[in-house]
Amino acid sequence: MINEQIKERIISIVGTENFDDSKVGRLTYSYDATPNFQALPDGVVSPRNTEEVAELVKVCNEHHIPVVPRGAGSNLCGGTCPTEGGLVFLFKHMNEILEIDEENLTATVQPGVITLDLINAVEAKGLFFPPDPGSMKTSTIGGNINENSGGLRGLKYGVTRDYVIALEIVLANGSIIRTGGKLAKDVAGYDFTRLYVGSEGTLGIVTEATLKLVPIPETKKTMLALYEDLEAAATTVSKIIANKIIPATLEFLDQATLKVVEDYAKIGLPTDAKAVLLIEQDGAPEVVERDIKKIADLCTEENAVSVQIAKTKAEAEALTTARRAALSALARLKPTTILEDATVPRSQVANMVKAINEIAEKYQLNICTFGHAGDGNLHPTVPTDARNKEEMERVEKAFEEIFEKAIELGGTITGEHGVGIMKAPYLELKLGQEGIAAMKAIKTALDPNNIMNPGKIFAKDSRKRVVIGQ
Amino acid sequence: MTTLQEQQVIQDRFKERMDEDELLNCMRCGFCLPSCPTYITSGFKESHSPRGRIALMKAVVDGLIEPDEDFETSLNQCLGCRACEPVCPSGVNYGHLLEEARDIINQNKKHSLPVRTVRKAVFEGLFPHQNRMRNFTGLLGFYQRSGLQKVARATGIMKLFPESLATMERVLPKVPTMKEMKNRPRFLPAEAPETKKVAFFTGCLMDTMFLETNNATMKLLQLAGCEIIIPESQNCCGALHGHSGEKNGSKELAKKNIQAFEDLDVDYIITNAGGCGAFLVDYDHLLKDDPAWKERALAFKNKIKDITEILFEVRFHEKVKLELPFQIVTYQDSCHLRNVMKTAAAPRALLQAIEGIEFKEMKDADRCCGSAGIYNIVESEMSMQILDYKMEQTKATHASTVVTANPGCLLQMKLGIEREGLNEKMRAVHIVDLLMEAVK
Repeated sequence: MINEQIKERIISIVGTENFDDSKVGRLTYSYDATPNFQALPDGVVSPRNTEEVAELVKVCNEHHIPVVPRGAGSNLCGGTCPTEGGLVFLFKHMNEILEIDEENLTATVQPGVITLDLINAVEAKGLFFPPDPGSMKTSTIGGNINENSGGLRGLKYGVTRDYVIALEIVLANGSIIRTGGKLAKDVAGYDFTRLYVGSEGTLGIVTEATLKLVPIPETKKTMLALYEDLEAAATTVSKIIANKIIPATLEFLDQATLKVVEDYAKIGLPTDAKAVLLIEQDGAPEVVERDIKKIADLCTEENAVSVQIAKTKAEAEALTTARRAALSALARLKPTTILEDATVPRSQVANMVKAINEIAEKYQLNICTFGHAGDGNLHPTVPTDARNKEEMERVEKAFEEIFEKAIELGGTITGEHGVGIMKAPYLELKLGQEGIAAMKAIKTALDPNNIMNPGKIFAKDSRKRVVIGQ
Repeated sequence: MTTLQEQQVIQDRFKERMDEDELLNCMRCGFCLPSCPTYITSGFKESHSPRGRIALMKAVVDGLIEPDEDFETSLNQCLGCRACEPVCPSGVNYGHLLEEARDIINQNKKHSLPVRTVRKAVFEGLFPHQNRMRNFTGLLGFYQRSGLQKVARATGIMKLFPESLATMERVLPKVPTMKEMKNRPRFLPAEAPETKKVAFFTGCLMDTMFLETNNATMKLLQLAGCEIIIPESQNCCGALHGHSGEKNGSKELAKKNIQAFEDLDVDYIITNAGGCGAFLVDYDHLLKDDPAWKERALAFKNKIKDITEILFEVRFHEKVKLELPFQIVTYQDSCHLRNVMKTAAAPRALLQAIEGIEFKEMKDADRCCGSAGIYNIVESEMSMQILDYKMEQTKATHASTVVTANPGCLLQMKLGIEREGLNEKMRAVHIVDLLMEAVK
């Protein structure tokens, strides 16, 4: 697809050292963290600034070459897998924190900045950037914005979307636009900032972002509540919220997940409990103290067998770090690990957990469940083997039912991982035909040649497939 | 260069020999990326990361790509530091995959004549034979003591060698005499109320070039109340072979070592080189397909312990007064000691027990220094970039003493100090040598 002439044009923009079409170069950008998706791009390019991005996109638009912007490739929906070939864009040269503005409480960054580096940089100034996806040690802000990543602190603080206030974007025709500003209020026209956050690279390339920061909470306390019964844990979640407490973190892990996480982290997790809740509250010391006490009481009322409060910061950190590793730790069990992130209203968490267990039973599958229970975002995960076709069929059917149940309970097919290619066939379930048509109209208007990350979000056909076939 | 025909053979061997379950165990989450020195140093190149390298191995198995020149480069540039393993939630044994891949490539590729000759001399002629190691080290001693070294330096002949090799020549320790190397003890009694019976794995380089460090190790063990047996029939651990695609050579060495130690009535087998120790604890994997040896290898493996671990375990630092004049001390982890043997806390605790010094942790002490066996010679450019970063972190601690726990790291840190022109202000020492100093 990229002939010699086009290749020369690309090289004339970025230089030979920033273009790679070797087999090895292409192979190593043919995948992301999504199981069962792999496709070689035609080339990989590393622009050094916004102007180069714009020039490259113009070439791609002219020759209808797919453009796939990629952060660290840690997403879980096949969002950065170049399924239609084309050019993968890397942002390793565009990885500066341009400014931390302590008067306006904002940070302006390039897309290649690693999430944790930003978090550390702003915390050094007594500020706080709450979105903390599990992969934050390696993921980039650009990737987070494109996928609208969530994390453990979503319940109280929201997700990436809630912290992006301005963007610089290269459109599919190569023009550069700026949206929003360092503004608390801004109603000048359509809210393009919000539209682009979570657009998965299908509408343009984010080349700079201004992020909202908040003052860092004074203190934090972490606790673990142990249960003999899955549903009791889930009920506690709704109960805490109903009592008008919003913890910073309210995570759920079932026994199977606990076991593998402990296998990896070796921090003495209670692997004999059927389920645990990992709860964190932050804020002013007196508020944290009061809330944690109240939460502990609620857990006990709901039959928690024990409630343990982390004694040191290190102990607390070990717990949250272990939780972040849950998905990858589950990969220990079987060669293939398929996970979903069906999300329901908080009040329905117990019902959803129950439904997942019934579905697992029905299809004779081992489904491990963990997730951000506090915001209704669960991660039912099936350790399986892609080589076992018969079992994969059952996995597919089980997930279809899980999605349907989530929608029935007023939920959605994906809470934070994105649609990508993996969940594209199910989008209609959530949006309906008209909803899809409206979204497609936006896509066509902004990217008439369909070069921006083609094949993502919108399914080619409505065959419902998450894990079988590609 | 690998010919197309060789590539075909390598591809076929990959299909036969690579552990598919282990390759599939990598779920590509990317948690390993921030731990990989070559990923970071190469400017975040996925092909220079553990995830990328595993994907490449799998692609060769699947027939998606051929094992071409770029593929080899990607694997060659891996330090083998295995920092990706402890951070991998799925528990992928990356080191095993790498070792197998390198062995397949090396065994099925025709090296140029000079390379072949050197490899044969080193892997078959030198390292497996402790007497030859002594002779070789003896030659080095002759070079150092005869005045030849002075002549070589004065004539500038060293300038003809690659920069890192020339600097390396300057930082090599003063080697012992032949006589010292030959008369090695075979048994040493405890010099304190007895705590443990141990065997000492002397290592090939450690018992020649770093003889002083071995002597200090044994002395510390004695002071800690250990009775020591040093079997004569032991030999090189085989790590150098294993990491360079000479798996069969390392299996032979492993079997000899197992034999040398298995009938001894000891609690532990002690090593003082992280690189050797990590290879020794992997003998059960190395010999996994050999039913006659698997169990014996496992029994051997279970006894391996680093010197710092045993000193810590018998509370040496609480029983013996350790004191030094004031100096800032920092510690550079040996990758294999930390990532494979999981020894990281013990050396730090021992250092912190020395009175009079200030222990200062450097940033990223757990990141490889770029030594990695012979990596600093064969992949000199990447190695020196990694070393430059390491020296930045070392300097930031204002330490005058950099402590390591493996001979390769020790030489590399000496190299770093020499390159920075810090000879007057900073020294690099093996942890047992510093502890010995603190005892006196």
